[in-house]
Amino acid sequence: MRSATTLLSKPWTWSFFGAAFVFILAISFTGGVGAADMITTALSLAVFTIVVGLGQMMVITLGPGNVDLSLPANIGLASAVSMTLMNGSDSLVAVGLLAALGCGLAIGIANYLMIRALGIPPIVATLSSSFVVQSMDIAYGRGLQIKPPPGFADFINLQIGGVPVSAILVILLSAGVALLLRRTAYGRSVLAVGQNARAALFAGIAVERTRAATYALCGMLGGLDGALLAGYFRGANVDIGNEYLLSSIAVVVIGGTSVAGGKANVPGILGASLFLVLLLTMLNTFGVSAGVRLVATGLVIAAVVIAAGNRGLTDPDPG
Amino acid sequence: MLHSSPARVMRDLLPALSLALVMATIALLNPRAISYLGFTLMLNLAVPIALATVAQMFIIAGNDLDLSIGPFVSFVSCVGATWLIDKPAAGILLLIMSVGGYAALGAIIQWRKLPSIVVTLGMSFVWQGLAILILPSPGGTAPDWLQALMNIKPPLLPFPIAAALVIAVAAWFGLMRTSYGAILRGSGGNAVAIARAGWSLLKIKAVLFALAGLFGVFSGLALLGVTTSADANIGSGYTLLSIAGVILGGGEFVGGIVSPVGAIIGALTLALAASPLLTFLNIPPDWQVGANGVILIVVLAARAQIGRKAVGT
Amino acid sequence: MADAPIVCLNDVEKQFGVVRALDGVTLDIVNGECIGLVGHNGAGKSTLMHILAGTLMPSGGHVLAAGAVQQRYSPARAMQLGIRCVFQELSLCPNLTVAENARVYHAVLRGFGWRRNAANLISAKLNEIFPGHDIRPTDLVQDLSIGRRQMVEVARAFTETSGPARLIILDEPTSSLDAHASRQLLAHIRRAVGLGTSFVFISHLLGEILGCCDRVVVMRDGKIVAGDRTAVLDYDRLMMAMGGTKGGMEAAMQAGAGDAAPLRVRARPVRESFGAELIAREGEVIGLSGLAGHGQTELLRKIFLASGRRRGDIDVRGSLAFVAGDRQNYGVFPLMSITENIGVGSLAQLREGFFLSPRKESALAETWRGRIAIRTPDMRNNILSLSGGNQQKALFARALGSEARIILLDDPTRGVDVTTRLEFYDLIRSETRTGRTFLWYTTETEELMHCDHVYVFRNGAIVADLARRELSEEKVIQSSFGEAD
Repeated sequence: MRSATTLLSKPWTWSFFGAAFVFILAISFTGGVGAADMITTALSLAVFTIVVGLGQMMVITLGPGNVDLSLPANIGLASAVSMTLMNGSDSLVAVGLLAALGCGLAIGIANYLMIRALGIPPIVATLSSSFVVQSMDIAYGRGLQIKPPPGFADFINLQIGGVPVSAILVILLSAGVALLLRRTAYGRSVLAVGQNARAALFAGIAVERTRAATYALCGMLGGLDGALLAGYFRGANVDIGNEYLLSSIAVVVIGGTSVAGGKANVPGILGASLFLVLLLTMLNTFGVSAGVRLVATGLVIAAVVIAAGNRGLTDPDPG
Repeated sequence: MLHSSPARVMRDLLPALSLALVMATIALLNPRAISYLGFTLMLNLAVPIALATVAQMFIIAGNDLDLSIGPFVSFVSCVGATWLIDKPAAGILLLIMSVGGYAALGAIIQWRKLPSIVVTLGMSFVWQGLAILILPSPGGTAPDWLQALMNIKPPLLPFPIAAALVIAVAAWFGLMRTSYGAILRGSGGNAVAIARAGWSLLKIKAVLFALAGLFGVFSGLALLGVTTSADANIGSGYTLLSIAGVILGGGEFVGGIVSPVGAIIGALTLALAASPLLTFLNIPPDWQVGANGVILIVVLAARAQIGRKAVGT
Repeated sequence: MADAPIVCLNDVEKQFGVVRALDGVTLDIVNGECIGLVGHNGAGKSTLMHILAGTLMPSGGHVLAAGAVQQRYSPARAMQLGIRCVFQELSLCPNLTVAENARVYHAVLRGFGWRRNAANLISAKLNEIFPGHDIRPTDLVQDLSIGRRQMVEVARAFTETSGPARLIILDEPTSSLDAHASRQLLAHIRRAVGLGTSFVFISHLLGEILGCCDRVVVMRDGKIVAGDRTAVLDYDRLMMAMGGTKGGMEAAMQAGAGDAAPLRVRARPVRESFGAELIAREGEVIGLSGLAGHGQTELLRKIFLASGRRRGDIDVRGSLAFVAGDRQNYGVFPLMSITENIGVGSLAQLREGFFLSPRKESALAETWRGRIAIRTPDMRNNILSLSGGNQQKALFARALGSEARIILLDDPTRGVDVTTRLEFYDLIRSETRTGRTFLWYTTETEELMHCDHVYVFRNGAIVADLARRELSEEKVIQSSFGEAD
């Protein structure tokens, strides 16, 4: 194994380098003050991007056109549902979490049914469902600021030696997803469907079941994220998921997963999430205005994608 | 055996049928809305939406997607409300440069073979940020000539419908009837074939994106003319509205299959369904957003079902 | 006094990374000759063609045309010189009409009235080459069958606007055409040669090459290894030059399974609700034939998708596997390795507990690498590193490596070289001895000799049902066209 050169040639390692670079810029601005806190906070925040990034990655890998734009609404509704059911009591945490997962699962299945049974393209289907879910959330939540149970909220915020426990758990989750993708028949089916859906059908793969399972999985991860976010920020609300629409897609692509489908990259999700969170932290440290922050974030995302290019496989055999 | 079956005709007429259905529903609920004044009011936002939809159509024709058109429209209207009034020459130059920026973006996407979804996603942040920098809080005014244009009262047709007609004819002619339009569309159908025939894909992509930028500028200015003041956040819904309009109008994400006329009709349908229809149906405010979603689902499902019958699956 | 050559290749080389696709090729093409270009898959024919057409630049050597070295050769320059190319993967835009596709080809077709001019141009040429066709210039290409698309593409290559077509390169031009249209094309080529146009004709159908070309050039491993006038060549000599085995097309005279064998498939084609049905018994090789695009592929797909269930007019008893002929769209997973492409047909069998076993997967791949002779240094390489014929072998291995008892073959040997085909035929025969059933659609009537029973399709229905002993090429062609006279 030519370790050093292979490592450098893999696209996703750059996202970790990018994260490190941005971090260095940030602390050089503060003169090194608060570096440890910055890392801890970044890790805590990256957790939420990673969870939805993993779900979005699976959906995008299903093939061109597949994307889940209902994640923000999903997150919002799940945060309200889970907090309501937990009802401030630690003994009901499991119930609340299950409800959040179930809510996300339902949204995922609904998305899939719209795509499959009604024939609506995924972009528009998931967008439309996000509208509907948003209304449900508004009607359900009715502005009540539901607080999470104290034990649950504390756990989400728990750190051991400056490392958030949630970050460790999310790394385990990522490992699980990677294993699912590479070493199970389901994961292989997702990759096959993403690369050539017709070939997958005629190779005997249960294409529609694979798609359904993937949208369901993504939905569940969104639901989970809703509950976790409500715990971390100590309260549920409708807009809690809004920023995750664009960031979930951005970490998938910056992390090296192919938008054309059929090729997924789990470590990239971790690196890219860290990178995005640290980028925002750096901009905040610099004290820039909202407008500059947006322009800078956008240019950086665009620049990263342009620099990486598209290592799409060109056919070396012309005949 | 393969020439215009009844099912295919039906599929092509679907956008018009959807529009008719929405109008019929409105007529049922509020007959007075079906009048010159009624249409002018209900559809006053339809013109900027239609222009944005045409912009998206050029991008989709090339197998790409522009997730930044909404913020771009906001940006243009902000420029219009400030620079075009205070320093018009600089403002016009800025707008021309932004069309150039769109063209450059298209060229980079083609040159580096990038996924347009992500690049335009990044650009959406950029346009949004620029809009906020130019106009931090809603305000500004529309230039007189712009307001005058958007307030024209043509004799027979309400202005929005007349404008939509003009835009539809122009877009249809340019993309579907000219010889270079065939090349542009061909790049979405089989880019390799177009390249093999000696055409420059780089130039084609730049042209498609430049056209999108141009119509984006028209859209932003039209929006400003109608609302007479600008808001950096106003265009955010336009991205998804424009995509829905193209698809509703018979376009497909892949294959270079788009219909300019269908896209305009789709935009009109969505403009009507998005707000006026809901108001007449007395949907409570909490559920307005959800109702938009349901309408989108119903209309697109219908299109897909009829489309399936046309293809014979 | 010889004509100045249209184009010359001088010691041309082409490398793709470590692969030497062309290893010093010298070729002169003059007016009024049809050159046949033959060789196995991976021999370099396609690369040579791309160099001539300007779509690939040589890594070494020169391309000369109009007496001068072409420094910046390109497709546009080639067009200027009158060099046209019809590639195997069709170069039409499916979302445009036939006339618009003609416009794409000719930059001068613009301005007022361009549409009418383009339509007239392509219609005239279609009428000239394929009289009796039913293609309209306003047809959308995506609505046309693949045979008609190929007719359009070929006709388009012959159209002339700003200059004559002096050299037309055709890569497997009859692969999707039925026998009738193929004959029309070959006749037209001979007429055009008589009028001074030159052709480079790439085909695996040695019969066509010998019948249509003035001279033949044989390639192997990136070099030209032989060349001679067709007048002094015959089938066997050509095969030897290509490095293939002698006398390929003898049918393996195995007795097919008798009527006592259990029924495996019973199916009625799409467009008829009564009439002849297809019956396949265990261990049989059933051929589907007839003009291309007359329902054979549709029936095979329908049978595959009905698998296991009993659906009205389809009754399948046994598990199914499918070998696609259109491997780009229905077969190959371009980002997976050869091993993974083979293993994807057997995911259930590769499981060990909850996960897939990499060990079992590589074992399966290695088994088949040996059995079917897949030429590659490492099965873990990406599948696109294989030549086209070897990719097809991998698809075969996927189907045969699965546990399926019924194998559906959708014209899988299209564009595959003769040696590989012979390997396939042997494999099919030996698999039937283990009780596997094959349903085999082929566009080459010679291959039907390997079948126990042949069903001839016309317009989506089965019109003839021929047992082995009744088979002859004439019979098949006759049935394809309906009653003679």
